Amino acid sequence: MKDTPLSNCERDFLLKAIEEKKRLDGRQTYDYRKIKISFGTDYGCCFVDLGQTRVMAQVSCELVAPKESRPNEGIMFFNIELSPMASPGFEQGRQSELSVKLNRQLERCLRNSKCIDTESLCVVSGEKVWQIRVDVHTLNNDGNLMDAASIAAITALCHFRRPDVSTQGQEVTVVSQQQHSRWCLIHLFSADLLSTCSTYLLVDPCEREERVMDGLLVIAMNKHREICSIQSSGGIMLLKEQVMRCSKIAGVKVSEITELISEALLNDRKARKAGGKCGFAESMQQDRITALKKDETPVEMTDVTETANGIIQKGEAAPQTVPSPVLPVPGVGQVGQGLQNSWGLEEDDEDDYEEEKNDNNVVEISDSEEEDVVILNPEVPEKPK
Amino acid sequence: MDVSCERVGEVLLPGDEFSFEAEENISLTVPVKSEKVVCGPGLRRCGDRLVVCKSGVLRHKEPNVFWIDSQQRRYVPAKGESIIGIVTAKSGDVFKVDFGGSEQASLSYLAFEGATKRNRPNVQMGDLVFAQFLIANKDMEPELVCIDSSGRANGMGVFGTGGLLFRVSLGLVRRLLAPQSNIRSDLEHLFPCELVVGMNGRIWVKSASVQQTLIIANLLQSAETMTAQQRQQLFRKVQQGAF
Repeated sequence: MKDTPLSNCERDFLLKAIEEKKRLDGRQTYDYRKIKISFGTDYGCCFVDLGQTRVMAQVSCELVAPKESRPNEGIMFFNIELSPMASPGFEQGRQSELSVKLNRQLERCLRNSKCIDTESLCVVSGEKVWQIRVDVHTLNNDGNLMDAASIAAITALCHFRRPDVSTQGQEVTVVSQQQHSRWCLIHLFSADLLSTCSTYLLVDPCEREERVMDGLLVIAMNKHREICSIQSSGGIMLLKEQVMRCSKIAGVKVSEITELISEALLNDRKARKAGGKCGFAESMQQDRITALKKDETPVEMTDVTETANGIIQKGEAAPQTVPSPVLPVPGVGQVGQGLQNSWGLEEDDEDDYEEEKNDNNVVEISDSEEEDVVILNPEVPEKPK
Repeated sequence: MDVSCERVGEVLLPGDEFSFEAEENISLTVPVKSEKVVCGPGLRRCGDRLVVCKSGVLRHKEPNVFWIDSQQRRYVPAKGESIIGIVTAKSGDVFKVDFGGSEQASLSYLAFEGATKRNRPNVQMGDLVFAQFLIANKDMEPELVCIDSSGRANGMGVFGTGGLLFRVSLGLVRRLLAPQSNIRSDLEHLFPCELVVGMNGRIWVKSASVQQTLIIANLLQSAETMTAQQRQQLFRKVQQGAF
């Protein structure tokens, strides 16, 4: 199926709104949408919600023979599936350009950052190593699949437990699935997604904004503020200071998102230890009235307040109508009509008495730059439900 | 008939049926009036029974119209409904218009007011059109026109410079277009704005500034899941600017 085409009026409106630094859902230009992380019943299954964008990552492992060139290292395999569930434009089975791009980006981010120590995956050198496979499925596309996919992949890898093995000579037995050992995860990172619409930079575009963007800059950074990879696509020209600004923003976001991930993992571990029910089916509250609750959208209302104040001020300050003084005969002034005294004011009337317009009916919406930004929903780190 | 009247306002599921039972005592002197029942969307006739085919609330309008008020987002074209479409292609004498259905509809360039073979309408790709369905059934390609039966535009045609188009559910659209619509009257007290509502779930809104347009769009999208009281509270809050 084809995607709904983008109409001209939407494109114009979005560009105009971006010029005025306004986004469709009331965010600031460098704000992320609400991120929610929840885990499935198995170890290594994780769901990430980035606003309305939803992805699921699943990690699995298998014992295989290693590559000849690297007998001591395990194998990592990444895969992003763009399912038609996510968007009508995605086709099942076909490798579209977007899917190739996302796959390569994710692979490059996760491999280059060396977040998994591949040598620790080796069981018997030259014969048996672990092959770790990360599958990311997109469930809903509302823009910025790259970020959601990378957060999901990393969180799933952190959550995953690899079974222990014992070796006896040449035999390798997998002991049991219950005895797990933790990964030694060295780095966590965040891919920062920015889009440039002519000269404006936006972080975390939603689907509409993605359609009007000119180009994309993706920065993958770990929590030690080392850049793992940068990719710029779309052929946009970026100034040096723009790239620097983007990397600074990425640094800030990395720490926020890393904190979120660690908290989510901690909560999940506590829940499992306490023996409570955990998993995707449990995280969806079916029987409560708040099951389909929508979160509050922070829409900026500061402009409206200024408008209201502006109207009030103008209302008070507008001078009252001064009708022109009636001078039936030179030398005779007619008092009592209007508010101005017209006695002996013959000489002045030509220049001073201007008809002042009553502009109470015309409401001008002020575009003043002095926005004091009100943060309506403070960002609270999410707990998995 | 009596059975159905009792169930007005109830939630019904597909498969529920009403039957009209013959009265036990038929008077021989009083002429028996044959009662006609008009079935609206969601109801279907099977023999002499009325069967529900969509889940929703049963509604009744005097004297004899029944229909099911259901909630969905996917639009199925019906003849006579006016929708907002996006022009996707110009091929020969027709425009191809996307309205959110399974197929694209065709809109002839002669179906505009004052259009002749020489005087073509000024329609570009990506433009928004407000049109109504001339042909809309499951066997043929849907066809749109921008004039009514007397040849006048009557508000239809190309529009949409400077506003925002967004999608809502079909239920909200019907609520907005109802004759005495609470949502519309609440909105009137808010900001002056221009609103075009298409029955395919698309709404176009334009207001004095970008900020106000965004506010109205967000309000309408969130008004879907609110009760009337919550909605009025929200609108009041926005009016005071104290959000």
